Amino acid sequence: MKIEDIAKLLNDKHPDSVEHGEDSLFIKIAASKWQDVALSIKDDNKLKFDYLMCISAYDCGDKERYGVAYNFKSTSIEHYLEIRIEITDKESISSVSNLWGSADWHEREAYDMMGLKFDNHPNFKRILLADDWEGHPLRKDYETPDYYRGMPVPKDKTYWE
Amino acid sequence: MKMSDLSVLNKFNKDNIVVEKLDTLINWSRANSQWYFQFGLACCAIEMMAAAGPRHDLDRFGNIPRASPRQSDVMIVAGTVTLKMAERVKRLYEQMSDPKYVISMGSCSNSGGPYWQHGYHVLKGVDLVVPVDVYVPGCPPRPEALIQGILELQKKIKLQSSLGKEA
Repeated sequence: MKIEDIAKLLNDKHPDSVEHGEDSLFIKIAASKWQDVALSIKDDNKLKFDYLMCISAYDCGDKERYGVAYNFKSTSIEHYLEIRIEITDKESISSVSNLWGSADWHEREAYDMMGLKFDNHPNFKRILLADDWEGHPLRKDYETPDYYRGMPVPKDKTYWE
Repeated sequence: MKMSDLSVLNKFNKDNIVVEKLDTLINWSRANSQWYFQFGLACCAIEMMAAAGPRHDLDRFGNIPRASPRQSDVMIVAGTVTLKMAERVKRLYEQMSDPKYVISMGSCSNSGGPYWQHGYHVLKGVDLVVPVDVYVPGCPPRPEALIQGILELQKKIKLQSSLGKEA
């Protein structure tokens, strides 16, 4: 199925939740509708996206909006789909780890690196960095700390020599 | 100083008797049984494994991997020390029994290596948390380089004094 057809199908099922620009390679979904849309992406007989290949997080660069990109594949129909959701710090995205098991760690990584919050996640905490780490390092406005638990992490290397 | 000057073996006479300091005897045995702590943090560990394997054969120097800090004499820090791992490395070093030595293997544990400039999560040199005896440069060092580091540590051990007044 082509992405235009997928966007149309999702739009018919969930009005006002799908956004697809012309020639765009991804579909944007409103964060509030994501749980319902995710269910149809997985269960609809024409879509059957049973494989969540990757979740990437990105910074929109305006110090306000952050996004996630989900990459799906259907192993039975052999087609692909990219879904994007953009939120601000005040909002959160519902977790899809109940639908796709691979979402579990990917969502934790998106939180760890980019600070995106996911609702109803079974074990929502940092995955790579230490639990007491401050900030989310892949954000564009992240500032490297001078010390972590007494160990120096200098951003200015001139005094080092 | 040459390695052969430090070897007790070269001082034996025909009657198989050698008169030496007790320090020398202790150092002789310590230098030739550096059991190293078996853990790796990154790609340097692959080279360490290659050094331990049959082609380079670390066992011939008495270097045997031990899976517990209680049984190890040498800690080979092989790889990138992240800030999260640095505390664990320090704790494991503290759990080793004296005398203990540290070999810092590769650019990452020497100085942060490729993470020097932008690595927000990397410790800029393992010597910030544990005292290092020998630095082995390379990214990653070849097994020959690690073996040279181990031989340098042997020299260092053979020159130390654990019984003298200064010790």
